[in-house]
Amino acid sequence: MKRETLLALNEAKRQGRAIVRASNLSSGEERLIDPATDNSPLGLEAARAARADQSGPVQSESQSWFLGVFNPPLDLVIVGAAHIAQPLSVMAQMAGYGVRIIDPRTAFATIERFPGLPISHEYPDEALAKAPLGSRSALVALTHDPKVDDPALSTALRSPCFYIGALGSKKNHAARLARLKELGFADSDMARIHGPIGLSIGAKSPAEIAVSILAEMTQALRMGSGIRLPSP
Amino acid sequence: MDSEDVLGTAADWLSKGHKVALGTVVKTWGSAPRQAGSQIAVRDDGAFVGSVSGGCIEGSVIEEALVAMKDAKTRKLEFGVSDEQAWAVGLACGGRVEVFVEPIE
Repeated sequence: MKRETLLALNEAKRQGRAIVRASNLSSGEERLIDPATDNSPLGLEAARAARADQSGPVQSESQSWFLGVFNPPLDLVIVGAAHIAQPLSVMAQMAGYGVRIIDPRTAFATIERFPGLPISHEYPDEALAKAPLGSRSALVALTHDPKVDDPALSTALRSPCFYIGALGSKKNHAARLARLKELGFADSDMARIHGPIGLSIGAKSPAEIAVSILAEMTQALRMGSGIRLPSP
Repeated sequence: MDSEDVLGTAADWLSKGHKVALGTVVKTWGSAPRQAGSQIAVRDDGAFVGSVSGGCIEGSVIEEALVAMKDAKTRKLEFGVSDEQAWAVGLACGGRVEVFVEPIE
């Protein structure tokens, strides 16, 4: 690998752009491909690999290439800086997510509780209008407060994010779905919301609940409909 | 995918005057521990970041990476992990992986 290639890959990561490095393992030639714009035969293979988030060998124009996919990090938006948010933010970062916190209740979302993470004190619809959810985003709503959770869920339902979860009992969740229905969402839209949140593993403590949420997010990411990059 | 910043660390090492080589999983067969695209960066003193398996082939990849830094040549390594060997290092995978090792020029 050329030093310039390494620096270009790091720069793309810093900018949150997907990039694919094609290497010809016999000749040693390497090419950096922007999967969103390159329409060459190899570029189209690169776009396919980036969408599937899957590096691997391909044949293109009778040459053998290895496509290394460098997608931007996964994005987790935690709405509500509740007790579960702390272990979830730490675990999700270990799993490769960039984590951001949204909570208009300023007493909860403090830098001390979430060191190094971006924190917004705006309402979720406003915060998410400035930094939208993409197809590599997940959103979890943890406040129990309709004033905060509902705008977050409405915004998420209008986005291509791969996971939406909402904390609350079955009864609360039914009431939430009824409110969203009044806002005009169809049952098929609302089926995207995982509620009660998390895989059923008998979790009790905040950290255990965080495990069940992260497990459900992973299931949606890896076994769900798969990652789709937004169309260019 | 990886929470470890392999390429960021590699760039940092280069900027401090070290030589660095990369190992990349380019092909897997059977139940390999790390998928294609997984990377390891090796520094000229043997320090490394990232992984290409569950720990069973890193030693050999690091050795080859150190040689690649000296002779400035790429190499393709293939590892077939027998189940017995795999158990010995705590990994019962039994898969096969191909790792491409390249110095950063």
